[in-house]
Amino acid sequence: MTAYLSDVTALARKDLLVELRSRDTVPAMLLFVVGALVVFHFALADSSRLAAAGMLWIALLFTALLALVRSFVAEREGTVIDGLLLAPCDRSAIWLGKALSVFAFLAFAEAVALPAFALLYEPVTWELIAGVALANVGIAAVGTLLGAMAAAARARELLLPLLFLPLAIPLIVGGVGATLADDPARYLGFLALYDLIFAILSWASFEYVVTE
Amino acid sequence: MIRARNLGRRFGDKRALSGVDVDVERGEFLLVTGPNGAGKSTLLRLFAGLLVPTSGELEVTMDRARVGFLAHDPLVYRELTPLENLDLYGRLYRIPERRERIGMLLERFGLWEARSELTGDLSRGTLQRLALCRTLLHEPELVLLDEPFSALDATGTDLLLDELARLTAERRTLVVSSHQPERFGERPTSRLALAPA
Repeated sequence: MTAYLSDVTALARKDLLVELRSRDTVPAMLLFVVGALVVFHFALADSSRLAAAGMLWIALLFTALLALVRSFVAEREGTVIDGLLLAPCDRSAIWLGKALSVFAFLAFAEAVALPAFALLYEPVTWELIAGVALANVGIAAVGTLLGAMAAAARARELLLPLLFLPLAIPLIVGGVGATLADDPARYLGFLALYDLIFAILSWASFEYVVTE
Repeated sequence: MIRARNLGRRFGDKRALSGVDVDVERGEFLLVTGPNGAGKSTLLRLFAGLLVPTSGELEVTMDRARVGFLAHDPLVYRELTPLENLDLYGRLYRIPERRERIGMLLERFGLWEARSELTGDLSRGTLQRLALCRTLLHEPELVLLDEPFSALDATGTDLLLDELARLTAERRTLVVSSHQPERFGERPTSRLALAPA
């Protein structure tokens, strides 16, 4: 178990270092999410609380897609993924390391997006923060698996949204519900259940996605 | 250590390799030759476990942790330094005293001065030396080298020949593909000539 966690830490640390050096993903995510919130603000000047929550979740979802599309770029270039697959570590450690780095990128983008949302639309509640955090887990879990799947395909930029968006619908339902409903605990529970199921499925199936 | 019978591999409709029969024993040095498109890289990728055969049988009785594979690409991150790349692989291979081992390899392959430069800024020849360091980092028992002289200058070539001599002396099993067999002299103990499938 210690060796597994050490592998995951090394892989996640590597992803953060690669992003720190290349600055390819996070700056684009920040610009996109703030830009989208500003555009929605002016496009729908009299937006209701309901519409504001919906717009926030749409902006977060498409921002996550930016991170996921780029999640395996470093491994695809020069087939570095082969080097990782040759290593004697458990292949699921590659998934978990990558999912942790995707989670960190999303959290970073949301740390900017939520204050912007509060400024332009509504105050940020604890229920919203909890919903965003739980949705991040699901996005990172499913999105990393699909990102690896799409990375092996020729039309990867098209394939990833096609695979990811249908699977993200429950996250939007849970996220918007947690933001607006009188009983947010029910929706937060739903998000937690989604996270648990899809994290286990993604963890268990990653090896079959990246190997022949 | 390696036993292949009627081994074949297709990519869609394209046949990359067919009907290969070969046995490689421990301590053997097999040189795989053939023109471009003969399937040399495919054969080595099959031996490394990165591909599965589409026909025939292949048995490699060596744990993944004891295989070193020099691929066509260096398999390193462009945004990391040589030191960081080797440290990552050293961790994943759980190499004891990895810092000492990495330092020794960087010195041996003339990369110590470039250890903190970004890998993406290195020349193709320097990258090939780094790829050799990565391949040999965990002291593999089975060493698979795909066109190892590729992009190496005269100094790099001499370093590689020294390394091959050392690996042969240590009775490591070597499978090397090349379309320049004359460079290996009398070192290989067996040869396999591939023709385009």
